[in-house]
Amino acid sequence: MATASTLRARQARESVVIRFAGDSGDGMQVTGSRFTVETALAGNDLTTFPDFPAEIRAPAGTTFGVSAFQIQFGARDVMTPGDAVDVLVAMNPAALKVDVKDLRRGGTVLVDTGAFTERNLTKAGFPANPLEDGSLAAYQVLTFDITRLTTEAVKPFGLSSREAHRCRNMWALGLMLWMYGRDRQATIEWLRRKFADRPELAQANVAAVNAGHAFGETAEMSEHLVGYTVPSAPAEPGRYRTVSGTEALAWGLIAGMRGAGLEKMIFAGYPITPASLLLHTLANLKAYGVVTFQAEDEIAAIGAAIGAAYSGALGVTSSSGPGMALKTEMLGLAIATELPIVVINSQRAGPSTGMPTKAEQSDLFQAVHGRNADAPLAVIAAATAVDCFEVAIEAVRIATTYMTPVIVLSDAYLAHAAEPWRLPEATALPRFPVRFRTDPTGFHPFVRDPATLARAWAVPGTPGLEHRIGGLEKDYDTGHISYDPDNHARMTRTRAAKIAGIADGIPPQQVSLGDDHGAVAVVGWGSTYGAIHRAVSEARDEGGDVSHIHLRYLNPFPRNLGDLLARFERILVPEMNAGQLVQLLRAAYLVPAEGLSKVEGKPFKVAEIVEAIEAALRVRSRP
Amino acid sequence: MTVTTITDAELAPKDYASDQEVRWCPGCGDYAILKAVQKALAELGAPRERTVFVSGIGCAARFPYYLSTYGFHTIHGRAPAIATGIKLANPGLDVWVVTGDGDGLSIGGNHMLHVLRRNVDLQIILFNNEIYGLTKGQYSPTSRRGTHSPSTPQGSIESPVSPCAFALGAGARFVARAVDTQQPEVVALLKRAHAHRGASFVEVFQNCVVFNDGVFDHFTSKDAASDTQLHVEHGKPLLFGRNRERALRLKPGAVALEVVRAGQGGVPPGDILVHDETNRVLAQLLAALEPPAFPVALGVLYCDPATSYEADVYAQARAAGFSGEPADLGALLRREGTWTVAP
Repeated sequence: MATASTLRARQARESVVIRFAGDSGDGMQVTGSRFTVETALAGNDLTTFPDFPAEIRAPAGTTFGVSAFQIQFGARDVMTPGDAVDVLVAMNPAALKVDVKDLRRGGTVLVDTGAFTERNLTKAGFPANPLEDGSLAAYQVLTFDITRLTTEAVKPFGLSSREAHRCRNMWALGLMLWMYGRDRQATIEWLRRKFADRPELAQANVAAVNAGHAFGETAEMSEHLVGYTVPSAPAEPGRYRTVSGTEALAWGLIAGMRGAGLEKMIFAGYPITPASLLLHTLANLKAYGVVTFQAEDEIAAIGAAIGAAYSGALGVTSSSGPGMALKTEMLGLAIATELPIVVINSQRAGPSTGMPTKAEQSDLFQAVHGRNADAPLAVIAAATAVDCFEVAIEAVRIATTYMTPVIVLSDAYLAHAAEPWRLPEATALPRFPVRFRTDPTGFHPFVRDPATLARAWAVPGTPGLEHRIGGLEKDYDTGHISYDPDNHARMTRTRAAKIAGIADGIPPQQVSLGDDHGAVAVVGWGSTYGAIHRAVSEARDEGGDVSHIHLRYLNPFPRNLGDLLARFERILVPEMNAGQLVQLLRAAYLVPAEGLSKVEGKPFKVAEIVEAIEAALRVRSRP
Repeated sequence: MTVTTITDAELAPKDYASDQEVRWCPGCGDYAILKAVQKALAELGAPRERTVFVSGIGCAARFPYYLSTYGFHTIHGRAPAIATGIKLANPGLDVWVVTGDGDGLSIGGNHMLHVLRRNVDLQIILFNNEIYGLTKGQYSPTSRRGTHSPSTPQGSIESPVSPCAFALGAGARFVARAVDTQQPEVVALLKRAHAHRGASFVEVFQNCVVFNDGVFDHFTSKDAASDTQLHVEHGKPLLFGRNRERALRLKPGAVALEVVRAGQGGVPPGDILVHDETNRVLAQLLAALEPPAFPVALGVLYCDPATSYEADVYAQARAAGFSGEPADLGALLRREGTWTVAP
């Protein structure tokens, strides 16, 4: 279907959604990440969505082994990875099979014909070759034998056929970089660094990128293969970089440690998808005062964090749903002994092992209520990859100011998603220095700050403050073991009041978009921020009386939240769970909040929320 | 964290006692161990502000409340994990773990395994009474087969774990054993454990007067002791008996020990095994000895120091640039892939 190329002007696009899809061994995550970096350097706003199987190397060519990376980039504010895909790069039949359903009608699909063998078609479950049977008629199909073109491009470097085959992703990347007028330099430098000890691999991969790029520019091609321009997005002046939620959390924890004036962070984790990335990231940041500890299990990980906090360091642990379940008893100990730790939960689909690489927001109840007895703690959630930085700092502030464990809710999507970030000045970051108790006069371990109700942080090594703490109930006035009924009631009330009092130190709830009153409030938390924001924005463009409220503080809620919600006629709560925040809001404020649930292991599409908003507005407008 | 290095001047054992009333059953072996610990601390001149006792749950776990040092009574089985966090945050602290057979080898068996193999610089004292005391007398992982208890009315059908054999198997580099009532020996072992850099494991046979009274009598009673206790000492022959007339030697043609006659009419002195506390294989053989065929081996069964975990952690951290001084966070954020949007 290739025709002689004619010089065509590049067409302008405001925003584009591309999905790279292939076998889990095809390097699609790397391809997507490199495209992201070049796109960020080109000045577009962007959001990414890596979507990969739990299997490390699923059998080649199978549909369950398909790994994908989606990016939306544009000349405007980009807040989601995009509802529908404009361009699908499918490196094999299985990728086509799995991902073509998300391609918009009229969208472009680019396939490697070299991978469309009889065997691969059978493995993907295609009864006939979809490139020939007309089943892709709704799309513009670009077919290239990327396998052969790559093999030719890397021939001079003497690679094995397997190694040569593995350069295909760089060929595809080169073509896509050409298609959107992106530079290649950062990728070429990155490849040289990555394969510094295998120069022939570096040269081959660079040659593959260049070949893909040159193919777009010069070779014979389909009439559909045109170049595009996506102008840079307006952005505040400053220095930028792309950041993933995991990186932002890691750096935010370090900034929080600094803000608290603490010398070191003990970060203890146990490998679990998708939380392990944070352990890996921090393990490389020892120069910044981080000691990482890979514990024998989830319980030991939080135990080490508690021990560290007891000794005056920042104690942090991180996990995902099933691991959080194991940490539950330790959370109770941290609550009873009133020690400051930060616990990060990268939520994934459950129950039990569930779908480890897929995002969900279904651990909210667990975070707020999931412990034996009356055991309140602080819960906050990050909305975007960039927001993870501030949320991590805030978690450290709350933990050390109030002497309490703080649970930070992130999820599998935020852990991997990346977006551009205007870098803060390190000197402008919040400071909230802790004051360790040193004065023995009038000291006992549960002597409290009258304003925050935080108990004194007295760490071993301090002369004259030797004391004993533990999980047994303690006397309010002496800190000794107490079974006194009135004392237990008083301590229970005090623990609750301390957590409730955190609301005095947080900003009142703002409205992210729209008025602070009206017909419909869409209330969200966590990584649904982008989709809700875009949906509310679109509904408002159509004249809808709708506002977006996004909660960072989930326990306690901001003081004004009840009043704010009461000023709306309807409250719509989209969540990637079966309805948890909606119940907490109803319980706290007796408001008629309604849920919008999505539990497919995938983020909301903007259109799904727009539809729910429109339905809510219609019901209201009925006479 | 900077650690003040004020040493309390001439503290007596009683100075390590807290003002809390001790609430173990009258006659409990824990009293004797508490006294031995206080004496050992006094003899070591341990600064109270730098000493931390960490425990899990069980009768033994009440221990920290009765000492005037820092103390953390944690949750069931998890003391080693919390102690590891304490040591990672402040390697300058002197951290002791107090645990029992249920706490340390049942619910906390996993943590015990890993804290020992990592070799975190802790003194771990395991009170072994072969029973769950605080929950009222169920059989424990060290209870002998056939133990009758509320949960095993027909007798336990499980094989017990030997704490010292477990510790050696886990890779512990200091393993010792004592009897609660033998105070001088307990004190001496605690001091040796304290001197050892790395995880030191000390099993103390502790009599539970209420639920398992007399379970160790067959080797701790006055009549039986001399013929059933082998007090090992590095470099000394493995002799026991009222007149040190019995000895251990390698059984010819087997990887096993055997009891032989020593002295006049006995085996040649050269056949008698000499204790080598750096020999892990010998330690395993000694740990496994049981009456009636063999004596119970007491003392330092094994001691072969290596770098402790937290020392290696900080060596790596320093090699990676950790200095205790804040590094430049701004430079970290800007280190790669940045671009500038001009005003």
